[in-house]
Formats: sequence, structure tokens, C-alpha cells
Amino acid sequence: MQVNRRQFFKICSAGLGGSSIAVMGFSPTAALAEVRTYKLARATETRSTCPYCSVACGLLVYSTGDRSKNSQSEIIHVEGDPDNPVNRGTLCPKGAGVRDMMQSKDRLKWPEVREPGTNEWKRISWHDAIERITKHMKADRDKNFVTQNKDGVTVNRWPTFAALAASAATNEGGYITVKMLRTLGVTQLDTQARI
Amino acid sequence: MALQSLDIKQRSATTTPSPQARQTMEIAKLIDVSACIGCKACQVACMEWNDVRDEVGSCHGIYDNPVDLTENSWTVMRYAEVEEQGKLEWLIRKDGCMHCSDPGCLKACPSPGAIIQYANGIVDFNQENCIGCGYCVTGCPFNVPRISKKDSKAYKCTLCSDRVAVNQAPACAKACPTGAIQFGSKEDMKDYAAKRITDLKERGYDKAGLYDPAGVGGTHVMYVLHHADKPNLYSGLPANPSISSLVTMWKGATKPLAALALAGVALGSLFHYVMKGPNEGSKEIEKEIEKEDAQ
Repeated sequence: MQVNRRQFFKICSAGLGGSSIAVMGFSPTAALAEVRTYKLARATETRSTCPYCSVACGLLVYSTGDRSKNSQSEIIHVEGDPDNPVNRGTLCPKGAGVRDMMQSKDRLKWPEVREPGTNEWKRISWHDAIERITKHMKADRDKNFVTQNKDGVTVNRWPTFAALAASAATNEGGYITVKMLRTLGVTQLDTQARI
Repeated sequence: MALQSLDIKQRSATTTPSPQARQTMEIAKLIDVSACIGCKACQVACMEWNDVRDEVGSCHGIYDNPVDLTENSWTVMRYAEVEEQGKLEWLIRKDGCMHCSDPGCLKACPSPGAIIQYANGIVDFNQENCIGCGYCVTGCPFNVPRISKKDSKAYKCTLCSDRVAVNQAPACAKACPTGAIQFGSKEDMKDYAAKRITDLKERGYDKAGLYDPAGVGGTHVMYVLHHADKPNLYSGLPANPSISSLVTMWKGATKPLAALALAGVALGSLFHYVMKGPNEGSKEIEKEIEKEDAQ
């Protein structure tokens, strides 16, 4: 297309005028808007319990997919379970952000051991982990177990061992934990669930 | 048929009126400052629902974290230590968008459809249409919107419009473990507030009251305050918020004047063309110029 100087100016001014008029609101557009699509529609809802403390609030965990054979689920949202009598849908800041803990890069997903003389963590199996811990416990208990105190009173203590129980343990789980550890003679016994 | 899940009341920079025939329930969020323990569950629930995460900040010697609203923190707890009636009081206010009935942000916004007010009272930003000019920040009487450093678009609390559209409470209200954030119809929230105020008055807070400022036509996020006569105590909550006169002038009186001036210029040009004809240069000069250009 051959455009001379004058035509070029005409095209420019027409374009500029048209666009300024449109920008100034003279081109009416339909009043349309839409909210963000509800992100949980058809997500899989799973009831769970918050792992942080002994209040054990009910959670609703939402994940992608419908659990069909070829669809791999991923958690997309967590909120309180309104049907749980403990929290009735509410959550504390830790519980409300529990998805970030589940999906944290730093989350420990398997047993690891750092053997003496090294600074490297080595992945081991659950079987090896439990066996290793048991052997250490047995060796320590055999070495340090106190049957009688200096007055000759039977005490059956294992003073060199301490246990920290999990926070989300139920009453029954807590009962079993205490029972087992006291049987071994453990005196220092606590739980993370002191809130 | 509605073309959207929530009916629209008004839309930024749009003169076409929205359909108004259907009646929609007005909703509101009530923040009972006297019941808040400042746990920040609302802040976390907000980020979790809206898929935004703020940067890990640093301690500024106060509990406020982050210290101000950001494009990712649409709500923040503000902690004020004040002495009232000879007692030290810790006033914790959940700050965020108030969802005004007369929104200054929407009035100031020049981009069509970037800010929408739904008939239920929610004022929502549509980032697709946002041009990042920041006029909403100037227009807001509560200093709420923030421009993202990532995409230069304005963000703020949506009152979880996506949840409300399917009849769920906003994420913050659902999470609140002390029930300091309540959600429901605006009428119900006023009734609930009245009960709380009666209770507070019985406990010696004579000036307890509801914060629903008339200067912005009322809000859809309201506060129950123990000292409703001094909202400034609550980390500078404005006593009489109103849209800046600059915005009102610019979008009110000056708008028709500017349109008139524009029409005048167009009309003047037409008359000038009719009376004087087109501006014709001398043919000789033009030829000379063209010759020079060709060289």
C-alpha cells in the first residue's frame, strides 16, 4: 500500500481519536463479571485429624481426582470439618496451614540414620530403623538400669532414657504408650501435646 | 438469565447499568474485636484458600506479621497497646477490605470491569481487567488494595466471593476458633452485634458499639468495638471514613465538564471546517518539500 505523508497523518489521527474515545468510556461494554470458579467442585473430600496437638481437630482434606485407577491425587486444600464436635469447622493457624506441612520440601517421609563419625543422613527401611532403635534401647537399659536406690529401696528405674510421645495420640494410644514405657522403667516421659 | 453466579450492582468505568430486578440477600462479615485472641488463623486460612503465600518476613519487635497488608496478605492482625480507663488494653484488629457500599476504589478505577460490586455487597477485583494504575489505592478510604510486584495488578480481600457464591462462609470466618469472625446476612450480623454490645456494656464498656461507617454508605465488614467512640485506638481505624474529595470531584463534577469540553472542541472543528474549509497549503511549497524529501 502506497501512503503519502498527508494520508499517513490522517490514518494516525483517526486511530488516535478512535482509541481515545473508546478509552474515555464511549464504547459501552456489557456488564459482565464472574467470581473465581469454586475450586473444590468435584474434588475428593477426605475426613482426617489434625496432626499438631492433642485437641485433634477434624479436618476436611480436598484432593484432585476422583480416586479412579489412573488418576493420581494431590492435596489442594484443607479446612476444618464442621461435623467434628471438637472444632466444629474452626482451626488454629497451625491447623489452617497444615497443607504446607504436608507438602513441605523438608517433610520427613522415611526413617533416616546418621551413624557415628559421619555427617550424612542415610535412608533406611522401617524394619531396620525399629531394629536399630530397639538394640540401642536394650544396650542402654542393660547398662544403666537401677533396681535399687542407695537406701536399698527397689525402684526399677531406667534414668538414662527419655520418651516424647506423639501429639495426635488418642487416649487409648496414650494409655498404651505410658503403660509400655513405665514397664521398661522410664521416668522421663512427656508428650508434644502440652498446649 | 443471569450471566454470572452473583448479580452485579456496579462495575468500574462502565456507564451501562447492570440488571437490577432480582433481589439478592446482602451479606456481611462481623469482626468482634472483643473476642479476638490474635491467633492469626484467619490470615493463614485466607492464604490457604486464595492460593497466595507471602514471603517469610522478619520480626519488627511487634506481633504484627507482616507489618502491613501486601498483595499476598489480604488480611493482617494489627495489635495496639493502649491505656484506657487506667488499664492497659491490647486491642487486636483484623484489618482488610471493608467492602463499602459506596466503594472509593470502584469509583476511582478507570478500567472497565476491573472492580465489580456484587448485589450482595462484595467488592471484588478482577485482575484480568486490571491495568495496574493504582488509582484504587488512592481511592480507598481504608488504604487496603496493594499492587503486586509480580504482575503489577491490584489485589485485596475478595470476601471469598467464590465461596460465598456457593453459600459457604469466607475462609477466615470459617477458621476463627473463638468465633470473633461471624458471617451471615447483614441483618443477622447487626442483630448478633447488638447482643455482643449489650454484653460488653454490662461488662463496663459503656461506649461499646458497631462500626458500620455511614461515610462510605455502610460496610459489609463490620466491627464490634469496645470503644466505638474512639475507633482510632484500633491501629488507626478512621472515625469518619469517606472517599477523597479529589476522587469525587474527578469522577463526579469534572466528568460531564470534560465531556462538554470534548464535544465543544469537536463542534468547533466542524464549524471551522464548514466556514473556513480545509487547511490547504500552497501547491508550490508542497512540491518543493516533496522534491527535498526525494533527494
